[in-house]
Amino acid sequence: MTAPKALVEVKDLKKYFPVRKGIFRRETVQVKAVDGVTFDVFERETLGLVGESGCGKSTTGNTILRLHKPTAGTVSYDGVDLSGLQGEELRQMRQHVQMIFQNPYASLNPRLTVGQIVAEPLHTFRSDMSSREREEKVQELLRLVGLSPAFINRYPHEFSGGQRQRIGIARALALEPAFIVCDEPIAALDVSIQAQVVNLLRRLQKQLGLTYLFISHDLSMVRYISDRVAVMYLGKIVEIAEKKTLYHDPLHPYTQSLLSAVPVADPKRERSRQRIILKGDVPSPVNPPQGCNFNTRCPLVFDRCFVEEPELREAAPGHWCACHLVE
Amino acid sequence: MPELLEVEGLKTEFNTADGIVKAVNGISYSLDEGEILGIVGESGSGKSVSVLSLLQLLPQPPAFIKGGRAMFAGRDLLKMTTKEIQSVRGNQIAVIFQDPMTSLNPVLKIGKQIGEALQLHLGLSKQQARQRSIELLNHVGIPMAEQRVDQYPHQLSGGMRQRVMIAMGLSCNPRLLIADEPTTALDVTIQAQIIELVRSLQEETGMAVIWITHDLGVVAGLADNVIVMYSGYMVEYAPVDDLFEDPRHPYTLGLLTSLPDVEEDTATELNAVRGKPPDLTKLPPGCPFAPRCDYVIDKCLADNPPLLQIGKANHLAACWVDIIESEKT
Amino acid sequence: MTAPASSDLTAQSDEPFVETEGFWRTTLRRLLRHPVGRIGLIIVTILVLMAIFGPLVSPYDPNAIDFDNRFSPPTLEHYFGTDDFGRDTYSRILYGARISLMVGVIAVLIAGTLGTTFGLISGYTTRRWVDETIMRGMDILFAFPAILLAIAILAALGKGIANAMIAIGLVYTPIFARIARSAVLSVRNEEYVTAARALGTRNSVILPRHILPNSMAPIIVEVSLSLAFAILAEAALSFFGLGTQPPDPSWGRMLAEGRAYFQQSIWMALFPGLAIMFSVMAFNFLGDGLRDALDPKMKQMLEKKGK
Repeated sequence: MTAPKALVEVKDLKKYFPVRKGIFRRETVQVKAVDGVTFDVFERETLGLVGESGCGKSTTGNTILRLHKPTAGTVSYDGVDLSGLQGEELRQMRQHVQMIFQNPYASLNPRLTVGQIVAEPLHTFRSDMSSREREEKVQELLRLVGLSPAFINRYPHEFSGGQRQRIGIARALALEPAFIVCDEPIAALDVSIQAQVVNLLRRLQKQLGLTYLFISHDLSMVRYISDRVAVMYLGKIVEIAEKKTLYHDPLHPYTQSLLSAVPVADPKRERSRQRIILKGDVPSPVNPPQGCNFNTRCPLVFDRCFVEEPELREAAPGHWCACHLVE
Repeated sequence: MPELLEVEGLKTEFNTADGIVKAVNGISYSLDEGEILGIVGESGSGKSVSVLSLLQLLPQPPAFIKGGRAMFAGRDLLKMTTKEIQSVRGNQIAVIFQDPMTSLNPVLKIGKQIGEALQLHLGLSKQQARQRSIELLNHVGIPMAEQRVDQYPHQLSGGMRQRVMIAMGLSCNPRLLIADEPTTALDVTIQAQIIELVRSLQEETGMAVIWITHDLGVVAGLADNVIVMYSGYMVEYAPVDDLFEDPRHPYTLGLLTSLPDVEEDTATELNAVRGKPPDLTKLPPGCPFAPRCDYVIDKCLADNPPLLQIGKANHLAACWVDIIESEKT
Repeated sequence: MTAPASSDLTAQSDEPFVETEGFWRTTLRRLLRHPVGRIGLIIVTILVLMAIFGPLVSPYDPNAIDFDNRFSPPTLEHYFGTDDFGRDTYSRILYGARISLMVGVIAVLIAGTLGTTFGLISGYTTRRWVDETIMRGMDILFAFPAILLAIAILAALGKGIANAMIAIGLVYTPIFARIARSAVLSVRNEEYVTAARALGTRNSVILPRHILPNSMAPIIVEVSLSLAFAILAEAALSFFGLGTQPPDPSWGRMLAEGRAYFQQSIWMALFPGLAIMFSVMAFNFLGDGLRDALDPKMKQMLEKKGK
């Protein structure tokens, strides 16, 4: 069996945002949103990217999609370096890498019909299609995501959150991309609807051979949908592993406390759980700590953590961890 | 043991341009001293509106409390005058809300905001209030309280602001703390801190807590009893162990089976609850959950099932299928 | 419980569909409920009808001179009286509505198109120098008091109705530019615009398709308010003799003439004054009503149906 091919390769990706203060708007400090992130996404897999607010996971997704220009590092899709592309070349690449957005109430233009929304990418890239062919394609896409093609002339505000998210998915699939970044696609949906959308995403993945980067703060849902999972903290990746391994034998202290903090819908287990409660708050990404960026809150911190930044090392086959305790 | 709070038949409606929204449709429950009650529901369930109604915190109009009673320490909260209810709020019943950024006044220092309730309800002087505020901030785990007391809300993180809200809530030793989705907007590690804080404070003071959330996991770890709400109705009520072990209402069951677990692998596809949330301006006749229910029978479409005891004591559900079955036994 | 996996998909398409209102119908409905906006809408409608049908129902030729009946107070023959030439004031007011509205509409058309275009470019561009240049240009125009600037432009272009329209239009361009820019700045960060970029949509399509339609609300409100100003400006310019030339019956001119003959007849100045006042007031009311009717927060309150 050949090794799985890496469809997307992210190498040492950095994205800093300048903070401009003063009359002349001089750049005073930088928000280090993504601070040196390296991982691969293999063909047809779902890589979960988890972390809490401010960890840089959404920025990573946006930068991979070139919605921002990386400050440093590279992103390759199928061997092509996306980070260096400009203008028309970049636009052409967009047919292959797409995004599903978080807020179904904000990611659809309220003044366009569903048909117009889903057909937009077709107008941009498939000018060879006649309007008849386009309409057929839109209907096919709507059916694919479980919506009636009769909805083609309706406006987004006539739909519920879950339905709107389906419209967004249909739009993302219009050009038959191979790689989709799902940026918190269910966070804004009611709990009872979340499973509908996640089931749909899974089904589409099997049916169309898609590759997902699933960004979320919902650790239970990420466990369900992902093959491998990467954990981010303050702009860096602290651990990557196969799903089962990460959730059962997390090596990094942050992963451990993160998992112990997630509530479980079972009172008996909740009562007997040993929670690792972290002290304090997340430091500011403007001024990350020296050495290991987790040293202000880590329950297992020792002197080396303040001096030297730990590298992301392969502690076991396929299990990477950035911690001095794990060598 | 007398009940601390007894709610009977609470009905709240909203007059909107699109019609009358029936937000709360006749809920009844009781709360003992020191009990932790979890109210679970999604958007449109009426969970927040129901507790805001208790303290007359909804602007009337457009809200309108159509009926019911809420007996607290022998008096009906719903019938109190403005002055009377103001002396209860912040004093005997404290409320903390979801977004501490908007529930704290951004132009007032923290100390001043905590001190407000102390001066108003307990009659403390400015100096005494400041001292007590520092004590309270310490108590809720805010480091460097003497400096923090003079800071503004924007200088604190989300988790800390929520602690400040809790400090404010506790300042007058309330008998009941109502928490309306206090951790929904917080990161999971911060949520764990806040839940731990509230739990330890509850043990210490013996106050009762009503915790509103959409997260069944939070309720599992915190509550003694649980109410599940849907479309403004109570659809299930049970002690927490019973609810999770033996959910009787199809909505509760649907929620539980549609959630993946962080500790165990979910082998098959998630059992999604089909359909979409209810439209509160157009409630169907019969059971509000019927359009989405897999157990629906004809009776469900015609009549709205009452909330009745099913099987075990203290376990109530509003479902015809359950009612009919339990009548057989 | 074993719900078949595809049930949630088919169930979606069987759901009975609820008809909801379109954008303009909702806006009209809410405008009609607005107490002040309603009045504005009614008076503006009357004005428009006057402008369109005035000449048909006018009892006299507005320029018909009748020296025997100068300075007549309101009578059954001359509802609003007559002026120094014996011309019927009522007829002149009717014709004057046409002039006022025409000048107003064309001036606002100029200001709206120019200003919105500048504002769109300014707000959407990522090149700061473009934004800065345009906005500083607008600021320079803005720095002058409106009527003064209009007079200065007319001094350069020469008197007359056409030039008055251009002058008023130019004077009001900066406001539209600012409003459009501000609207664009907020819309460009909306998730559907990011989505359009992620889909590879060209900027030349994003601007008209996504940005412009969703920035319209404040621009529409401003159109109404600037019509009020335009009418007032036209009146002022004509009052100074710079706009409409005699014998055309502009309300401003009529006011100027009425002022000169105030001793002989207060009616000459009163009616054009009232006409100007009511028109300006009406457009202001309409603008207020539109602002509330288009307010997205009000829409949101209605969408979140209770919690």
